[in-house]
Amino acid sequence: MTGVRRIADREGTLAWLFLMPSVVYIIALVGLPFILAVGFALSDVTTGDPSFDFVGVRNFDAIFDDPVFWRSLGNTFMFTGISMVFIVIFGKVLANILVADFKGKWFVRFLILLPWTTPVTLGAISWLWLLDSIFSPIDWLLRQVGLLGEQGSLLGNGSNMYWLGEPGLAMGSVIAVHVWRLTPLAAVIMMAGLVAIPRDLEEAARVDGAGYWRRMFEVTIPLTLPVIAVSALFGAIFTFTDMAVVDVLTNGGPNNATQVLTSWAFFRGIDGGDVGQGAAVALFLFPLLLAAAIAILRAVRKLEVR
Amino acid sequence: MAVVEVRNLVKEYESGKVRAVDGVDLATKEGEYLVLLGPSGCGKTTLLRTIAGLEHPTAGDVVIDDQIVTALPPRARKVAMVFQSYALYPHKSVHANIVFPLRAAKMPPEERERKASWAAELLGIHHLMARKPRQLSGGERQRVALARALVREPQVFLLDEPLSNLDAKLRASARDELKRFQQEVGTTTIYVTHDQVEAMGLGDRIVVLSHGKVRQIGKPHEVYDDPADTFVATFIGSPPMNLVTRGDQLVGFRPEHLMPAAAVIKDAQPMKLNVERLEYLSGDRHVYGTLTGIGEPTRVIARLPATVTEPIAAGMDYDFAVSRERLRFFDAATGLRTTDGES
Repeated sequence: MTGVRRIADREGTLAWLFLMPSVVYIIALVGLPFILAVGFALSDVTTGDPSFDFVGVRNFDAIFDDPVFWRSLGNTFMFTGISMVFIVIFGKVLANILVADFKGKWFVRFLILLPWTTPVTLGAISWLWLLDSIFSPIDWLLRQVGLLGEQGSLLGNGSNMYWLGEPGLAMGSVIAVHVWRLTPLAAVIMMAGLVAIPRDLEEAARVDGAGYWRRMFEVTIPLTLPVIAVSALFGAIFTFTDMAVVDVLTNGGPNNATQVLTSWAFFRGIDGGDVGQGAAVALFLFPLLLAAAIAILRAVRKLEVR
Repeated sequence: MAVVEVRNLVKEYESGKVRAVDGVDLATKEGEYLVLLGPSGCGKTTLLRTIAGLEHPTAGDVVIDDQIVTALPPRARKVAMVFQSYALYPHKSVHANIVFPLRAAKMPPEERERKASWAAELLGIHHLMARKPRQLSGGERQRVALARALVREPQVFLLDEPLSNLDAKLRASARDELKRFQQEVGTTTIYVTHDQVEAMGLGDRIVVLSHGKVRQIGKPHEVYDDPADTFVATFIGSPPMNLVTRGDQLVGFRPEHLMPAAAVIKDAQPMKLNVERLEYLSGDRHVYGTLTGIGEPTRVIARLPATVTEPIAAGMDYDFAVSRERLRFFDAATGLRTTDGES
């Protein structure tokens, strides 16, 4: 009995005890693979020949010479940038719906959170069906409304849009799925920010004569700006590091039009067997993500200062 | 300036389970300083918020300047409110806080600046205009909140316990300033507080509320000297009015009117006090004891001013008295005031 209490009293030991699982976890699953990736990027390791030979920056030279790499890099930034904008706008709108008080709000909240609770691959597969080249229900709907499939229709006289077959549409589809999947998370983060605004401020603005939009843009949004920044950065990081959507939806196609850094690293390093080049591509993400992480931490700090 | 009236106002919460405001009728006078006073949970803040338009009444009407505004949103009512927390916009400078209502009213910039300048001058906050609210002291924040309320030249000021966030010393001077400020601008003001000292000091008239009902409306001295019921009698005054049960009546008198018999000159009602304890508070002596001779033995408090010098010691019996004109009578069952002298 007294022995138990003595351990519980030693806070230094306890701190280590509690920290240990996450420290082990981070070292084993983040630290070691990272060092391994740096090592691979500087080597000629392939799946066929796993022997380690130091080759300097040759892998980097190779990927810089590859136009697909540059395309992937551009796509990564474009997908991330565009989806971040939509995620923030839709997230803000949904957050307002989440905090509103109306009949049936529990059902609406459930629906809003559904995409986030669905596994990415499952969601992406459903989208794969929705965007199918022949049986797409979206196309069917467009045909029913008369926007598609007849002479002079707004979207052309073909019977299908080939969402994942046309480079432009494929990119749009990938962005749409990212937005669909990450908006709920952004909405929940922003909802927490909205709830934290003192009710007095909103009411003071109402008595001061401010209408809905003035309250929104002059009181609510400035006060939730740090939270909006956090949700935007979360959205960015999740889009940036995700390859499941691209992998399931388009497999990088058509003709590498939707290739991103993560998927390209995977195709190069694992599917293509050139582990060294794959690692070099993947490492490219690191400085960018580091910057994003620092930005998040700073935004959170600002939130605490207020 | 305007007259604010509420007619048979009812506000229920949780579909009728809680009645925060229970049929309140009252009307201010032009330019009056009306104080809503009551313990916490009496419905005074709800009443104020209903007048502001932040709450919709379950029944009844709010009338400002002969116009029924019950259905109107806050911004259409031309009221200004100062919140307990001041509710300054933390991301805006003092200047931006003050002009916010004017921008919302789409006032042209030059006029806006003139108004802001005038309000800042009146409240002595010109030197703070560039600061953010978090860089201000409590008293300065209060003045900024007042300035923000003032610039719109509203018909009515609604103040929700604006002094409760200030420390005791600042509160006294802020109270004085608030009163002078209101006299200067002459705007009808409704002021909510649970502090009777504030109420007595600031109010032209006081509305005493309890459980969502108005117990009494009157000038400070009326509410103090002639309480309408035992609630008002014991809520106002510190220490509260002494109440002694006599048959189906309660006899009430203020602690300062219970004096050693020798000090009561005219028409004295004699009684005996067994002294238990003495407190010496800012010049006065508070005498705690059991009173006999006019009703059932009751624990009472007497407050003797410094001018009464009779020696009094704990554990002794003394002859005390109350001047008969100072006695108030209440019905023991209902607590309501009954006709004086009907004893």
